[in-house]
Amino acid sequence: MIEGAKWRRWVFFYIPLSAFVFTLLFPFYWMLVTAVRPDSELYRPWSAPNYAPFWTAHPTLDHITYLLQETLFSTWMLNTLFISITATLISLFCGIFAGYALSRLKFRFAGMLGTGIFITYLVPQTLLFIPLADVVRNFHLGDTPWALILTYPTFLIPFCTWLLMGYFKAIPRELEECARIDGAARWQAMLYIIFPIAVPGILSAGIFAFTLSWNEFIYALVFLSSPAQKTVSVGVTSELIRGDVFYWGSLMAGALLGSIPVAFVYSFFVEHYVAGLTGAVKG
Amino acid sequence: MAVSEVATTSDTYTASVRRWPITRLLEDERWLSFVLLLPTLVLLSLFIAYPFVKGVELSVTDAKVGVPGNFVGMQNFAALLNDSIFRIAVWNTIVYTAVTTVFKLAFGLWLALLLNRNFKGKAFTRAFILLPFIIPTVLSTFAWKWMFDPTFSVINWTLFRLGLITSRINWLGDPNLALISVIIVNIWRGVPFYAISLLAGLQTINPELQDAAAIDGARPWQRFWYVTWPLLLPVTMVVVLFSVIQTFADFQLVYVLTGGGPANATQLFATYAYQIGVGTGLLSQGAAISLAMFPVLLVVVIVQLLYIRRVETL
Repeated sequence: MIEGAKWRRWVFFYIPLSAFVFTLLFPFYWMLVTAVRPDSELYRPWSAPNYAPFWTAHPTLDHITYLLQETLFSTWMLNTLFISITATLISLFCGIFAGYALSRLKFRFAGMLGTGIFITYLVPQTLLFIPLADVVRNFHLGDTPWALILTYPTFLIPFCTWLLMGYFKAIPRELEECARIDGAARWQAMLYIIFPIAVPGILSAGIFAFTLSWNEFIYALVFLSSPAQKTVSVGVTSELIRGDVFYWGSLMAGALLGSIPVAFVYSFFVEHYVAGLTGAVKG
Repeated sequence: MAVSEVATTSDTYTASVRRWPITRLLEDERWLSFVLLLPTLVLLSLFIAYPFVKGVELSVTDAKVGVPGNFVGMQNFAALLNDSIFRIAVWNTIVYTAVTTVFKLAFGLWLALLLNRNFKGKAFTRAFILLPFIIPTVLSTFAWKWMFDPTFSVINWTLFRLGLITSRINWLGDPNLALISVIIVNIWRGVPFYAISLLAGLQTINPELQDAAAIDGARPWQRFWYVTWPLLLPVTMVVVLFSVIQTFADFQLVYVLTGGGPANATQLFATYAYQIGVGTGLLSQGAAISLAMFPVLLVVVIVQLLYIRRVETL
């Protein structure tokens, strides 16, 4: 498929592609090396004779054990897992219904509502975090997981709705009509005929929503205050740094372990994830 | 006889459909859509519409944490106009958004074109390339912060060993360099998103068009410029508009790398709003800074809506 002389292939294809892959992945390699490198090597000046930055001869699990035993890291992981899964389920529930209604039912204001939901999809979290903190406090949700479980759907529902509208639109109307002629009620046709066909779309939306919740930072930073309630991103940021001192070994170990759940889900559902990503863009 | 039979069957038919009054109600598309949309509308009005109103309300008072505050009109916004840090933040945000968008688009398109060829390990490469985008930004940004460390920077070490520099570069501590460093990390994180979205766009383009142009004697560059690029433009527009909104309102990257420093050299809208609203507790001013982003975001959203509508009607 790649035509032309051998040198052209190298210059125009292999070298640039390898450069991209190297640059995009190097920080993760660096995370890994730092996480298993003993402190005595981490903080060794350049001029030291046996300085070898790209690997370590004495890998250690000290940073990881420190992280798991001396900090609340595992609590943060469980918090994030609980918050992400619950927020995703709520958003899927709302998004499936809203997406169906907006793409297949005729009612007044349908167009307006669709546009409205699309606009909320584009509202960045940083626009509203200050008044939203006030609202969360007034509802007595501050410093509880529910502060995030109920606010994450504000950006997840519009995303799920928008993505699923695309999927529902693509399902032929005749399928539903057949079921209705056979005596199924409208909601039965929706539940038993349309939703099962849209399962790939629902899975994409769910996986994408899960990674978005895991990734969220500013709401978690502002709405949660006690160390035991924090999510991974916020916990690693605020609790592993004492004053101006960074514990780079355990920080990198935290970054690595904190990424594993998303990477795990992603590795199993790459195709669905990509479909979610590109579907969200194409609308 | 025959007539009554028909009557009974139609009776059983209607009976099977109209079992419950609620089912009958849900047969009506208006009621069904209302019921289906209700949970979404409740959540979005409580946590988007209401906070928005509340934010506007806050921004015209002098509220602080724990103090409700009095109405002060446009004073907070007027104060922003004379605030030199705010002006720096606006300028930084514009530079940050413009520069990263250009580079993300250029590199993303290049990577998409590379990935659009057939080669061994293509699916594998594509999966790995998305990692910077899916790994939580805060966590991967810490890896960059460590790579930019003034004393132990691996980038400096490499450049030094290659003989490109003689003294260490203070990536995040030097006010002239800090914004560039932040921009580099943002590009690194954004390129995969551009590449994968544009790749999806490329894959919808019929390869026969390329072949036809090639037969007509178009050179590779002409084939790209006159065939591929116009067809890719709609996807590109949407991707760019999305990314502009996200970049313009970015927070986490700067918060982790520099916290807006040194000397506000990397201060953006969102980090400044956080610093004033949460750090100092001046809720009303923080809300005003956040809301100052709104006009720009609104313009981008309107452009996007108009564009999508145009594409749909085509």
